[in-house]
Amino acid sequence: MKFKFLPHTADIKFQAFGKNFKEVFENSALALFKIFYDRKVKEKKLFKIKVKGNDFESLLYNFLEEFLVLFDSKNFLPSKIKNLRLNEKKFKINTEVLGDDSKNYKLSEYVKAITYNEMFVKKIKNKFISQVVVDV
Amino acid sequence: MFKMEIKKIAKNIYEIPKQGKMNVPCRIYASEKILENIKQDKTLEQVKNVACLPGIIKESIALTDAHQGYGFPIGGVAAFDMDKGIISPGGVGYDIDCSIRLLKTNLTKKDILKKQKEITENLQRKIPSGVGRGSKFQITYKELDELLKEGAPYLVKKGYGVKEDYLHMEEQGCMKEADVSKVSEKAKKRGIGQLGTLGAGNHFLEVLFVDEIFDEKVAKVFGLKKEQAVILIHCGSRGLGHQVASDYIKLMEQKYGFENLQDRELINAPIKSKLGKDYYGAMCCAANFAFANKQVITHWLREEMKCMFPNIKIDVVYEVCHNIAKFEEYNGKKVCVHRKGATRSFGPGRKEIPKDYRKVGQPVLIPGSMGTASYVLVGSKKSEELTWGSTVHGAGRIMSRSKALREFKGEEIKEKLNKKGIEIKSGSWKSLAEESPEVYKDVEEVVNVVHDLGISKKVARLKPLVVIIG
Repeated sequence: MKFKFLPHTADIKFQAFGKNFKEVFENSALALFKIFYDRKVKEKKLFKIKVKGNDFESLLYNFLEEFLVLFDSKNFLPSKIKNLRLNEKKFKINTEVLGDDSKNYKLSEYVKAITYNEMFVKKIKNKFISQVVVDV
Repeated sequence: MFKMEIKKIAKNIYEIPKQGKMNVPCRIYASEKILENIKQDKTLEQVKNVACLPGIIKESIALTDAHQGYGFPIGGVAAFDMDKGIISPGGVGYDIDCSIRLLKTNLTKKDILKKQKEITENLQRKIPSGVGRGSKFQITYKELDELLKEGAPYLVKKGYGVKEDYLHMEEQGCMKEADVSKVSEKAKKRGIGQLGTLGAGNHFLEVLFVDEIFDEKVAKVFGLKKEQAVILIHCGSRGLGHQVASDYIKLMEQKYGFENLQDRELINAPIKSKLGKDYYGAMCCAANFAFANKQVITHWLREEMKCMFPNIKIDVVYEVCHNIAKFEEYNGKKVCVHRKGATRSFGPGRKEIPKDYRKVGQPVLIPGSMGTASYVLVGSKKSEELTWGSTVHGAGRIMSRSKALREFKGEEIKEKLNKKGIEIKSGSWKSLAEESPEVYKDVEEVVNVVHDLGISKKVARLKPLVVIIG
């Protein structure tokens, strides 16, 4: 399982999993993409993303926020993460994201913001896991 | 589930006594039944966390529509000392100045019913709602800067409305301390294409009629009478406001750290610090964006309604802010009031109220859930004593979106509303199901509690005929 959604009164909460932190970041992005649109999105456009943080949580927050900015300012609906490189010591991510023009899809959910509410990124025994609540 | 002691003070008033790290006690204004509901999630835990913040005065307040937010609860009010207190982006919320505007018309329910379907279709076509629908309203970055500084009056100057429009808004449609240099390029990039759009989620546009008047005298002052057609617009500062909140959460974290906080979303800065002032300047810009956003929508509404009703006249009754921090005076002392999912509810005489309404108190607009009644109330002196001049902002959510999706079908909800005589258009079936009336508290019960408490008084009930949601 790459990610799963959990109940939350007003907003949307998910957990993402992986066999390392890199995968957790990738799968967190895929969970967010699923909120945007839960069916197949074509891979017609590519954007490069470069973000950093002060710890894993702020890195995840900043990383996910980039997709909200691309969505609002470029009408970009993301589909797939490619060539993600994570620097675990400096809390940096370099990646490419593929997707399409959002106007070609009938969307139902708008994500206002990523939040720090109940957020964590951690290793539990051999499992790597993140949890995020987004404001919708 | 909240397990701590809750003391009953009086009917509809409860207290969590001061203990541990709390600087003040918590107050909950709710009926017994609603309190049981509020106890179910982390709302009260969050009210308690707010009570621990530096410089908080008197008490940390949860209103009748309170539900779990991030950091601060939604339906929460807290006031802070200007010297020792803090300002917090989480205490305002991500959708800065998510707000509601009431328009009145010279039409009646009968006029609307004759063209109900046509109105629904035309308004949905004209006013972009839903996710990722861009706006026809294009401006340059230079113009955006002016708009962020000047708010709704900027658009009136450009021909999008009349002076009376902004004279009838909270802050007269412009927060004067807006500082454009404190808004990031990223925030502007997110907002520039979204002016005049409703957005998605719980944002809506409704055509309603005045179904019942509770206070004839005040209704007359607000210009409302039975059977009259009115319009409600609910939306906020869109991507621009969300990014302002996010930017300052990050900046405050870098500067002050979050190690001492109960919750990372409670991040804050002293009111008089540079960062505190910067956030306030940026927040004011986002509020001005929200005022302007509704001004564009009002302009389009007037254009579109005029095509169908050539003699129509549409006037602004009032616009109230829901998510905002403000400097206000109580008994001669200035404090910083945070209202997150709460409405200002000033009683007669306050200088902040438009001249036309000053003798009776400010209009308070409380939308119901989709398809149910909405209410117009009037502010009161009592609210200045009890709740820092505040009252509820809506019914308050009680069911998660995912549960709503499992329990309800958009198609069935549409059919149900149609049977009640309501026309509805939405961005998708999914958003209809998520906003199903059952996922909110009963607005009537919420309104009756605040009326009984006296923190705002019932003036009129509005019932929807046309509903457009994102």
